[in-house]
Amino acid sequence: MAITDQEITELKKVARKVREDIIDVTGWSGGTHIGGSLSMVEILTILYWKYLRVQPNNPQWEDRDRFVLSKGHGGVGHAVVLALKGYFPPEQLRDFNKTGSAFGMHLDCHKVPGVDCSTGSMGHGLPMAVGLGLGARLQKKDWRTYCVMGDGECDEGSIWEAAMAAAHYKLNNLLGFVDRNGLMIDGFTETVMSLEPFVDKWTAFGWKALPIDGHDFRALAQAIDFALEYKEGPVVIVAKTVKGKGVEFMENKAAWHYGGLSAELVEKAKRGLGDQL
Amino acid sequence: MSSGGVTWTVYDADKLTQREIYGLVLCELGERYPKIVGLSADLAQSTKIGTFGEKYPERFFNFGIAEQNMFGVGAGLAKSGLIPFISTFSAFASMRACEFLRTDICYQNLNCKIIATHGGTSFGSAGTTHHATEDLSIVRAFANLTVIVPADALETAKAVRACMDINGPVYIRIGRGFEPRVYESEDYDFEIGKAVEMHPGTDVTVIATGATVLHAVQAARILKQDDGLSVRVLNMHTIKPIDREAILKAIEDTRRIVTFEDHNIIGGLGTAVADVIAESGKGCAFQKAGLPDEFTIIGYPEDILHYNKVDTDGVIEKVREVMGRDFEAEEDWEDEV
Repeated sequence: MAITDQEITELKKVARKVREDIIDVTGWSGGTHIGGSLSMVEILTILYWKYLRVQPNNPQWEDRDRFVLSKGHGGVGHAVVLALKGYFPPEQLRDFNKTGSAFGMHLDCHKVPGVDCSTGSMGHGLPMAVGLGLGARLQKKDWRTYCVMGDGECDEGSIWEAAMAAAHYKLNNLLGFVDRNGLMIDGFTETVMSLEPFVDKWTAFGWKALPIDGHDFRALAQAIDFALEYKEGPVVIVAKTVKGKGVEFMENKAAWHYGGLSAELVEKAKRGLGDQL
Repeated sequence: MSSGGVTWTVYDADKLTQREIYGLVLCELGERYPKIVGLSADLAQSTKIGTFGEKYPERFFNFGIAEQNMFGVGAGLAKSGLIPFISTFSAFASMRACEFLRTDICYQNLNCKIIATHGGTSFGSAGTTHHATEDLSIVRAFANLTVIVPADALETAKAVRACMDINGPVYIRIGRGFEPRVYESEDYDFEIGKAVEMHPGTDVTVIATGATVLHAVQAARILKQDDGLSVRVLNMHTIKPIDREAILKAIEDTRRIVTFEDHNIIGGLGTAVADVIAESGKGCAFQKAGLPDEFTIIGYPEDILHYNKVDTDGVIEKVREVMGRDFEAEEDWEDEV
């Protein structure tokens, strides 16, 4: 499924819209996990607009590909993507974080159409994705499971328990991503708890690990295409990204892990998106 | 009480224990339900889920010593449409994998069956690390979860079959094995959420669960003979949802209730029963009996129960104590509520 220049242009437009909407929801809701949502925009955009086999008008379609947001705090980014894909009217996001809303910081699969797994606590998504992968294989289903993890999340032991299991069972229907934005709540991952040599760790755990620029659609497409053809076992795309990507005053700043935006800052953030993408 | 001469290992089993029965019933269910899969964390032999694994190797997954991952994977397998039976020791199911059970399985209301073996102090000499004396308290607070503690091997078989009728998570806590039979035969009605009257009585009600049911029944017989006491024994095999009706009836009929469990006195069967009594607004002499709020001793299971006074001797002692207790004997309760 090689990617064309035309497709890349289209995906960039979508990504820009996703970022705009994330900024809007952050303004409406009082605060979101905006930094880590902006860093994974290209990953979610290329998955939902090019690779995932889904039917937004039939969210429980049995043969759909499964998507697990292991970094569940990226919920706002995921919700915006689902709204743009047509799973539900985007106006519903006006209620984000509000009492009684279907939408909170971490999405609930019983409340938000298109969410396959409720996540939020770190280190739970990959184990569930392994279960989905094993379940699909046992039932001879050809749907795939995609799992997006955070890099800070990889401090959790359960990520590595699941990584061992995926490799042990040679799960070639599971594709992992790590949004390697290098930041967690308390600071840089390498300051708080070193992850490096990060790619080597995945390799040592039996995964085919592909380090790429996570904001480059062409690189993402090449890596995903490789993964889809790779039969030996699980593949993880270690996507180097920038936390807060696209909003200059947020980029690479731990303080923007979670935050709210005044109307003025919303405008500033959106203006800044410009044509830099 | 017997202490000497008991030698056992995790692997031997010369009669049908709760775990063995579980293994056999699961094989039987496996044939009927092709969607059942078995999950183990390096305890296939100990939890007897290995029996299923031998029969259905392609439907059996071992995750090594990684309980958190096993419960998370179980959630994923359930989401793919399968029915996972997840087996490990109760201590690990309720504590090591606690949040994965709560958040992945219960919050998402998935059709996973947790078979938690070696419940309470049944792992005896393995010591406190392997005793599960808090599990009922922990898992009882998980919404969507049904919690069952069968009294013996026969009831385990019934519970494992019955849990298939619930389209949601079920936690079944069984012993390590060598728990003597309580039921004479399989010929009784087992219904999730319905206590079983094991011995009729009108003076006092003993509510027991799991390994303590046998002791309650034995004590009731002795108390009838020696003290002329009429002791009702209820096997509260389902801790959640608790059988409120049976408890309310016990208050009305006997006005004295004693609970027994192989579990910390905080948060388990006794607490669940106390909630119902307190909310009923009825006067009732009540005593919780279980393990004191301290870490357990090492020893043979039967000795640990005796030490903590939740064996037959303990039940007799506690019942006599409660019979001597004063309570408001007013017959007309209408004005009390």
